[in-house]
Amino acid sequence: MTQASAPLLAARASQFDDTEQQRGASALGMWVFIATEVLFFGVLFAGYTIGRLRFPEAFAAGGRRTDLLLGSIETGILLSSSCLAALAVRDVQLGGRRSSPWLLLGTAALGAAFLVMHGFEYHSEYEEALIPGLRYHPSGDPPHAMAIFFCLYYFITGFHSLHVAIGVALLSRLAVKAWQGAFSPDYIAPVEVTALYWHLVDIVWIFVYPAVYLVGRSS
Amino acid sequence: MSSTDPGIAAPSYLTAGEPGLAGWLLTHDHKRIGILYAVGITFFFLLGGIAAAMIRINLIEPQGALMSAETYNKAFTFHGVVMVWFFLIPSIPATLGNFLLPLMIGARDVAFPRLNLFSWYLYVGGGLFTIGALLLGGVDTGWTFYTPFSTLFSNSHVVLAVVGVFVVGFSSILTGLNFIVTVHTMRATGMHWFRLPLFVWAMYATSLVMVLATPVLAMTLSLIALERLLGVGIFDPALGGDPLLFQHFFWFYSHPAVYIMVLPAMGVVSELITCGVRRQIFGYRFMAWSMLAIAVIGFMVWGHHMFVAGQSMYAGIVFSILSFVVAVPSAIKVFNWVATLYKGTIDFHAPMLYALGFIGLFMLGGLTGLFLAATALDVNLTDTYFVVAHFHYIMVGGAVMAYLGGIHFWWPKITGRLYPEGPARFAAILMFFGFNLTFFPQYLLGYFGMPRRYHAYPEPFQWLNVLSSAGASILALAYVMPLCYLGWSLVRGRAAGPNPWRATGLEWTVPSPPPKENFALPPVVSEGPYRYRP
Amino acid sequence: MNLSPPSLRSQLLTLLALLALLGLTIGLAFLPLGALNAALALAISAAKTLLVMMYFMRLREGHPFLRVVAAAGFAWLALLLAFSLADYLTRPLLPLP
Repeated sequence: MTQASAPLLAARASQFDDTEQQRGASALGMWVFIATEVLFFGVLFAGYTIGRLRFPEAFAAGGRRTDLLLGSIETGILLSSSCLAALAVRDVQLGGRRSSPWLLLGTAALGAAFLVMHGFEYHSEYEEALIPGLRYHPSGDPPHAMAIFFCLYYFITGFHSLHVAIGVALLSRLAVKAWQGAFSPDYIAPVEVTALYWHLVDIVWIFVYPAVYLVGRSS
Repeated sequence: MSSTDPGIAAPSYLTAGEPGLAGWLLTHDHKRIGILYAVGITFFFLLGGIAAAMIRINLIEPQGALMSAETYNKAFTFHGVVMVWFFLIPSIPATLGNFLLPLMIGARDVAFPRLNLFSWYLYVGGGLFTIGALLLGGVDTGWTFYTPFSTLFSNSHVVLAVVGVFVVGFSSILTGLNFIVTVHTMRATGMHWFRLPLFVWAMYATSLVMVLATPVLAMTLSLIALERLLGVGIFDPALGGDPLLFQHFFWFYSHPAVYIMVLPAMGVVSELITCGVRRQIFGYRFMAWSMLAIAVIGFMVWGHHMFVAGQSMYAGIVFSILSFVVAVPSAIKVFNWVATLYKGTIDFHAPMLYALGFIGLFMLGGLTGLFLAATALDVNLTDTYFVVAHFHYIMVGGAVMAYLGGIHFWWPKITGRLYPEGPARFAAILMFFGFNLTFFPQYLLGYFGMPRRYHAYPEPFQWLNVLSSAGASILALAYVMPLCYLGWSLVRGRAAGPNPWRATGLEWTVPSPPPKENFALPPVVSEGPYRYRP
Repeated sequence: MNLSPPSLRSQLLTLLALLALLGLTIGLAFLPLGALNAALALAISAAKTLLVMMYFMRLREGHPFLRVVAAAGFAWLALLLAFSLADYLTRPLLPLP
């Protein structure tokens, strides 16, 4: 059995009676972590909700400045990567050794593609001077509170991108481990737990997408 | 340190494992990690205590005896930040909880031991940031970091302090996560949910609050740091932001945080009282459910900190009603403790004295909380010393009394040594009197209208302030005493044996101090807790 | 807690449904529906989240307590939102500076 395969989770550690107990514990641990993550992001969404309630026009104007095409492609990419992660878990469960490394690597690659595309978005927003605190003098006649929209946009997507980057690192490491044959139907906890984390990253984006890219498109 | 029971072959957790400092700093043993936390929080308690002493000395004279207004602001901020995040919140959960939770449920360790050690390092790291902020000149915002002062006007090291609290918040989240998973998946055979000791229920309810509230604080404080560093305006009214938004988010964490401090105390007291009268707890299921009720309802009352802050009157009414509601499960607990004691033969050993002190002080603190939950009265009392007295009765009178009671009760288990009973009883009684002398005058001061957080005050308030400062010196003495005689008992204390209190509970079935693996054979549980036969 | 592996079909169908919902939410965003725009976008996001949780994260077959944990995060977020909005919706909002 290999040593630690997911951060801070030792493989079949001595405090557990059997791998079944360990797998249950690590899944529950990840779900509790997901609940905290929902609140980490949730408080920012709460701030967004109250801001949008107070300044509907400014938020609509801000939303129209974002790149709908790139945002939609990013959403599609993350949704597909989530499917790949689920398939990787399935493959390990089925005992397959051949496709799981590639599925994990594919998930990581899609995550990296997401980061690159989001980098392009940030870059063009910097060109347009839409980043409060760094470079903010938007062209045209923007509503006063549009900066609040952009603050929240950068904070939420920045924090989300951090999660994506961590996920890409974890997935790449798992892909190598899987290539070396570390996982089997008896030992899937690290893959399962990392996939859960990746799905969380996906879920956060599912809410970011309409809140950022789809606001104000109908007017 | 010698093993106390020569018949037991397994070496204790104190002697087993790698020797020296590395054996402690790299340990995955929940018991050693509990001790590491105990060392950390004792250090921070002394730091916060020094700040408190400076405050009380300053307030002896109406013009301020010791410090400028600016230094005074930094002193009470440091006192608040350190005592809340680096002492009270980790106090019982991270020390006694870490040490006892696996023992009480019959497990070899917590579910994620490495994560547990990592939490301690986060705690230390957060502490270093906070101490760094102090050494560079301090923070003057108050522990609440209210905007717009903290973001726009304060010239102190807010960002450093905020980073410290952010990091220590992660430590608290990870501890909570570990405990929840441990209680769910690591219970011994036969240890059903309603056979768990109430201390375990308390840890579980506390962990819920830690896990669900702390993220909100972390993000809110990050927004403050961002606003200071980049000048963006989420809380800045001049840029369209809203300072009240900060208060909502801050108190969404910081009100439940009070329950992070007091729920574990309730768990400890339930253990101490049942052992002290040698009886089953009155209404076990009510006690368990009321802890969960406090944890949940405690999330719906935060607006009572904002009655006069500009919050809507209607929201104020709702928060006021819910604040009265949260008193109900707390009252259930007090009634049940009293019912457990009723007509019992009480053994007045030191842990019991602490537990009785807890009940009295918690009741006074809780009942004055109802004064503050009434909107009409709160308009007069808000931001006065009445509030200061109220929350010190809960947090110091409640949580610290219970913490020390627990430390005394489980001291023989943790160290294998008995503490000297005489000095311990004297310290417990002295603490009760010192505490009341310190903080009861503050109720009166607040009622007469002295605002909190001022370094100077009008002459007529002086006699009450002098009384309070006199009490504080007694209290300080009472806090130093346990450090001395407990330290002495480490060297000279008599060997304790596995169960000096003849208490029930799995932790008393193993040798003192427990072996590294806790149990030689996995325990099997066949009855509920507190089956005392007098 | 030991789940049997899911079928390939179920996972691919879930992805298809997610992408279809993505298309739907883009389309709906361009229709002038007033306040309904936000409500529909939120509803579709909730539906996508449920799909991911039930089929990718296997909550449908997993231990029931995992569903409680998953719901707790959202329930507590709902508390935060509900009580903050209870304040903001019942007082005059600050005017623009």
